[in-house]
Amino acid sequence: MSLSAEREAITTEAAAEISGRWSSLAKELLATRRVVIGLAIILGLIAAAWIGPMLSPWGFGERDFTAFRSPPSADHWFGTGNTGRDIFHMTMVGLQKSILIGLCAALFTTVIAALVGAFAGYYLGITDRALMWVTDLFLVLPQFLILAILYPVLRDSGWLIFVLLLGCLMWMVTAKMVRGMTISLKEREYVLAARYMGVSHGRIILRHILPNMSSLLIVDATINVSSAIILETALSYFGFGIQPPDVTLGSLIAEGSRQALAFPWTFWFCTGLLIVLVLAVNLIGDGLRDALDPHSKSRT
Amino acid sequence: MTATSGTAAEQEQTGAAPEGGEARPPVLEVRDLEVSFPGGRGNADVTAVRGVSYEVRRGEILGIVGESGSGKSVSSLAAIGLLPDYARVRGSIRLHGEELLGLDDRTMAGKRGRAISMVFQDPLSGLTPVYTVGDQVAEAVRVHNPKTSRAEAQKRAAELLTLVGIPDAERRRRAFPHEFSGGMRQRVMIAIAIANDPDVIICDEPTTALDVTIQAQILEVLKAAQRETGAAIVMITHDLGVVAGLVDRVQVMYAGRLVETGSVDDVYYRTRMPYTMGLLGSVPRLDRDGKTPLIPIKGNPPSLTDMPPGCPFAPRCPIATSECDAGEPPLEQVGGAGHSAACIRASEIEANAWTARDVYPVGEIAENPVAQLPREDRGTVLRVEDLAKHHPLMRGALFKRRVGTVYAVDGISFDIREGETLGLVGESGCGKSSTLMEILSLDAPQQGGVEVLGKHSGKVSTRERMDVRRDVQVVFQDPMSSLDPRMRVFEIIAEPLRTHGYSKERIRSRVLELMELVGLDTAAVTRAPAEFSGGQRQRIGIARALALEPKLLVLDEPVSALDVSIQAGVVNLLEELKARLGLSYLFVAHDLSVVRHIADRVAVMYLGKIVEIGDVQSIYRRPTHPYTKALLSAIPLPDPEKERRREHVVLQGDLPNPADPPSGCRFRTRCQKFAVLGEDERSACREREPELRNRVEGAADQAAACHYADTEAVL
Repeated sequence: MSLSAEREAITTEAAAEISGRWSSLAKELLATRRVVIGLAIILGLIAAAWIGPMLSPWGFGERDFTAFRSPPSADHWFGTGNTGRDIFHMTMVGLQKSILIGLCAALFTTVIAALVGAFAGYYLGITDRALMWVTDLFLVLPQFLILAILYPVLRDSGWLIFVLLLGCLMWMVTAKMVRGMTISLKEREYVLAARYMGVSHGRIILRHILPNMSSLLIVDATINVSSAIILETALSYFGFGIQPPDVTLGSLIAEGSRQALAFPWTFWFCTGLLIVLVLAVNLIGDGLRDALDPHSKSRT
Repeated sequence: MTATSGTAAEQEQTGAAPEGGEARPPVLEVRDLEVSFPGGRGNADVTAVRGVSYEVRRGEILGIVGESGSGKSVSSLAAIGLLPDYARVRGSIRLHGEELLGLDDRTMAGKRGRAISMVFQDPLSGLTPVYTVGDQVAEAVRVHNPKTSRAEAQKRAAELLTLVGIPDAERRRRAFPHEFSGGMRQRVMIAIAIANDPDVIICDEPTTALDVTIQAQILEVLKAAQRETGAAIVMITHDLGVVAGLVDRVQVMYAGRLVETGSVDDVYYRTRMPYTMGLLGSVPRLDRDGKTPLIPIKGNPPSLTDMPPGCPFAPRCPIATSECDAGEPPLEQVGGAGHSAACIRASEIEANAWTARDVYPVGEIAENPVAQLPREDRGTVLRVEDLAKHHPLMRGALFKRRVGTVYAVDGISFDIREGETLGLVGESGCGKSSTLMEILSLDAPQQGGVEVLGKHSGKVSTRERMDVRRDVQVVFQDPMSSLDPRMRVFEIIAEPLRTHGYSKERIRSRVLELMELVGLDTAAVTRAPAEFSGGQRQRIGIARALALEPKLLVLDEPVSALDVSIQAGVVNLLEELKARLGLSYLFVAHDLSVVRHIADRVAVMYLGKIVEIGDVQSIYRRPTHPYTKALLSAIPLPDPEKERRREHVVLQGDLPNPADPPSGCRFRTRCQKFAVLGEDERSACREREPELRNRVEGAADQAAACHYADTEAVL
């Protein structure tokens, strides 16, 4: 009887410590300073992007005919643009779109790349051929040609479709890398062990294969945030996605870069915000990679 | 030279090292060597070697024995000057009286390869893949004798390759490393090491990566090389068997220090240090019957960053007293001349004549009631009937065509009864692992059948298959790669339970129960596998395999990646679990002594076929197939007397290409029996494949596949 009581004690005591995989990951992340700083910056940017326009005394389309291209002042915090629009207000609205597009497109791209690559590499054979054929197709087809074809259909759809479109243009190379890594990972003994204990193939991919290449995926996702924002600018230039008078960080940078030397405020504020945004994402990604890495020194 | 006598080599050695050895100055003399590596990023320094002294004279072989992390490799790398620049080396290393420490790399390079040379552990990465082996040996010659012409160097290379036993060296020196097997490459490495008649050859685990039959060949080559050059050899190994018959003196290292040194006989028969006793006791013995548990040394070696103040072995030592923690015991002479041990209770051990069994208390292992029933009355857990696995060999990039077949497994049959352990042994490449994978995949085999607990693989529904998965679990060889590094221990052990739909509460209690069962701390479940040592990780692997209460456990070389003292603990655990839980094991190993210890029946595989099968006593006491005999004979015993008296059967050459097996009997190309047969007797071996059947009178459970099976003794 004493034995069972003892076992009970052990069970409850240890039970308190065995938290789930995700909650312990979150705990570890929040204990890392880099991650906290990165999160704070992102939250700050989000707050600024959505609350900022409300604080600004100027409206979005409103023009100040008394001040064209005027430098930052108490009236216009970030100065004004070519047509007298308030740059602070425009930048904040642009930031809204860019945060949405950048984060969502990056996440979407990485998820697509990971799934396609992992399934192709794990199953090989016909699945692999089909998926890699699609990947190669996306790689070789001229992207702007596809866009030109899709343009009439997509021109009036919302930003979500635009995010999907961006994602479709960026996932291929990562998918190929993931496929290669999967082929080597699937021969590992822990994958065999999982298979021999009856774990389904899908679960093996999600629980064993993808987490073990998380470093690659996280680095990929963080890089994709900035490239999605830049690519969006290029697409907008060709008339997709966000159209004037609507703005994004990308379109603001494109416009400001032409006069960066003469009227630096039209360029530096939006560029600075983009850098801060990407930096914050990198900080979080870095911390996440360390938290997921079983060999990192921070664990004790 | 199929059979070489150990006595010849012994005479040679006594001739080369006369009794008044002190008169001759040592070739290599190491004094108070200390090596430490600065710890980066605020970590403490790692002191790998702490005050090691030794000397070797011409013609002498010195063995340095220790577990991984004991500093044995670092101390020899220091001697040859190959430590990284950031390592801090103190003490003195003298070669022919000349101080080597502090020499710059250029001067050292002039000595490396000429006066002192090294044979490394891994022959696969030791040779450059883009040059022919002949060129690489010739380079070793020319680098120290720039005046030698190309042609002369090539000629010398061919001579050296012949010396290390590479047949047809004149032609084969033009081969590239990838065309050579592991054993052949190690021969080339030895040829490079002796190319300039060095005075000292340091061998760092030269046979660890090789099969036993190849190990026996390489040891012969080393002996021959030593006879030829008269060099002193420093043999570093973790295998107490390898050094027993080969070396003159042994030094045992633990935690960066020497803990016992002396002549082989003193160290093996008059052991005075509990650690050495533990090491010797933990080796499963090929020459001993009976199921006595091995002696495991509990715990793990201390971390080299913060050493306890006292004897570093005290935390693991069963006879440690409070005085042991007071200070590190010096290496002092005990008993005979030249025999010293670092233990404050050495004199006590000597006075009471304690042996390993006295020092290390070991329990008895209970027997499961099922195992006492006669074999025929027990249920069949696994039946394999005429199983085959052939891989097609494809050539061509665009249009693949089949150019041949690799006969990985070629028609094998065996069965395992309840509570029984079948050991499956053979060299690497013989098809052991392919057999396992075929059994575990539960798919319909290419040929023959696999029947697990009465259910035929490939002929059952998905549901039933899932049930079979519960009953058959696997433990892999490498505890590093068999546990997902990203998961924590709790999740690793819980995974099979989750997969088979256990409730959350049930999983939690079961995981903790399993941790206790395999002897791990239940509080450790939240840690990552990287935080555990090799032995502990293997225990986690065993806990995971046992989670679903399987009937059959498939063990794929479960202890071959572990140190001997740790290995003993895992082997004991496996035996205990088998008795307690009534498990059956399919135990795959290349180490025949472990198999003798744990198995009830043994099957010996060669090139995809079983050549001999039977109960463990018959096979080991009275092997009938020449291959079994050769395997048994190749294993060195950790017993110097016996080892010196033994005649080793050294098999010629390597495993033939499994895509093109020899006709008739597959073993005939390497068979020592075939070599002495008459021409008309040989024709049977060439033409008819011998079937596996009982070949000797009076053996109830022993079958061999040899036309000329006999019971001539080998041990």
